[in-house]
Amino acid sequence: MRRGAGAHTGTGAWLTQRATAVALAVLLPLLLARLLAALPVDYEGWRALFAPAWARVALLLAAVVLALHAWVGLRDILMDYAKPVAARLALYFIVIAVLAGSVAWLLVTLWRLG
Amino acid sequence: MKARTHPVHLDLLRIRLPLPGWVSILHRLSGALLFLAVPLAVGLLAWSLSDEAGFWALLEGSRHPAARVLALLLFWAFAFHLFAGLRHLALDMHWGVGLQAARRSGLAAIVASVAAALAFAVWLLA
Repeated sequence: MRRGAGAHTGTGAWLTQRATAVALAVLLPLLLARLLAALPVDYEGWRALFAPAWARVALLLAAVVLALHAWVGLRDILMDYAKPVAARLALYFIVIAVLAGSVAWLLVTLWRLG
Repeated sequence: MKARTHPVHLDLLRIRLPLPGWVSILHRLSGALLFLAVPLAVGLLAWSLSDEAGFWALLEGSRHPAARVLALLLFWAFAFHLFAGLRHLALDMHWGVGLQAARRSGLAAIVASVAAALAFAVWLLA
């Protein structure tokens, strides 16, 4: 949370949401198309898809951007519907844990391939 | 205090949303659904890359009708979230903010996402 945060914490969230949205609108269809175009594959072919360093970096980068985008979106939803402060903070924590855990799991998965 | 004459309730079954309202709530719903898909996708990827047995087990499981319905649902959620998001970015730039234009672009987002989902369904069954 930003220091001296007050009336304008929303500006950063708004800008993050838009910037990550633009990045994802370009990255995700490309990744999905590459994935679908590669099918059908056997196990070796599947591993080979994730072998190049640039592919792993691109995937991990997309995951981090996606996690940021999802966090802003889920935060917006929870601010509207989870009114009791304790419940909202608990749900924030769960959302962050799920997203950070997913990125970490992806990192470990791709790391082990090498 | 003057009695309120407008209805004050958030009963989703009684509120009659205009089309852009539906686009807005579906944008949120699809986003929430895609959030849930994140750990699922990472888990499936980890499983598929873990060893050869895991890969073939996952491939076998992906042929199950329930898996295909889930894949189709998530694909639709992604397509709709993308199209509705692009519409939102356009609205941010004050493009298409008129009532008629906003209704048309909202309808376009729904139609385009359903068309994309149908194409995906055809690809799934082919």
